[in-house]
Amino acid sequence: MEFKKVAVVGAGTIGIGVVTDLVLHGLSAVVVDLSADILKRAQAEVLHNVRVAPLLSKSLPRVTRDEASQRMALTTRLEDVASCDFVIENVTEDWEIKKPVYEQLERVVPPEVCFGANTSCLSITRIASVTRRPANVVGVHLMNPVHLMPTVEVIRGLHTSDSAVDTLVKLLSRLDKEAITVQDLPGFVSNRISHLFMNEAAFVLQDNLASAEQIDQIFKKCFGHKMGPLETADLIGLDTVMRSLDVLYDSFQDPKYRCCPLLRKLVHAGHLGRKTGRGFHAYPNA
Amino acid sequence: MNMMQAADIKEAVRQFIFSSIRLPDLGDDDNLFESGIVNSLFAVQLMTFVEKTFGIQVESDDLDIENFKSLNATTGFVMRKNGHGGR
Repeated sequence: MEFKKVAVVGAGTIGIGVVTDLVLHGLSAVVVDLSADILKRAQAEVLHNVRVAPLLSKSLPRVTRDEASQRMALTTRLEDVASCDFVIENVTEDWEIKKPVYEQLERVVPPEVCFGANTSCLSITRIASVTRRPANVVGVHLMNPVHLMPTVEVIRGLHTSDSAVDTLVKLLSRLDKEAITVQDLPGFVSNRISHLFMNEAAFVLQDNLASAEQIDQIFKKCFGHKMGPLETADLIGLDTVMRSLDVLYDSFQDPKYRCCPLLRKLVHAGHLGRKTGRGFHAYPNA
Repeated sequence: MNMMQAADIKEAVRQFIFSSIRLPDLGDDDNLFESGIVNSLFAVQLMTFVEKTFGIQVESDDLDIENFKSLNATTGFVMRKNGHGGR
């Protein structure tokens, strides 16, 4: 299958990364979000990402600013994605926000087009249940920064067809990405485990057992991880991590997923991580 | 800004790095990225700092991590962009 145009619904951190990856690989994106301001910021960030991409990866294609601009169509009207070959949805990780988006997408997108639900925790089967194309809904858990991460967790909902998984895997392969396909339960494999790490690291910090630097250094120097759990949370955004933990707690009704009060406090203080210049760590020059 | 000497440039870059990350020390040729001191995303911050502070335009061909991998590499890059000699 040829992908001429891919819809990217939601132009937040991950949506911007998806658009960056698409335009770097020569695909066109129709980018949808709620306001012209959000779209303008997203466009600026995509163009910045495209510009600095060679600094971060030698293997990414080099694309000029004009080429990148031409491959992006920005819109606030969801109807404008009707002619796309694939839809990647990246709106806020909140059921009450995602549900109406899928109901609206169902009305405007032809039934043979697949929806790639980009979620870190919500069940793909649940998302598919609000559409009339459950076989064509497949989970795509892209990691941040999207254009630099070579592997994607793909999730097969209960009704997801082989052909929907194949279509997504082909699209990912077009972006030079490998897929690891898993079954569907909230949080899948990655976040069900990683969020326990991040949350427990926050509890360790709250208990004054070690500093944020020490906690991350132990993961990097003793375990060989590229980033520590608190740095990772800062990169994802503490608000997103908190919401994901709440979804996991709600879904499994298991107290091991209760969100650390310190993490919640930082979110309420507006310290959301790298994107606000402060989270568990400070980013004065971010 | 063109009159800045290598030592001044290096000191400004050093201060920027130390204000961004907590480090006990940093040798002039220590590779920031290979040693795991920072991840590659820091290269973008360093590049932005260099552009703003030294008034240079980082061109497409300059976007190579080699230009920002250490204090000496970054200083040499700024000097070259300001017309202070070749590699």
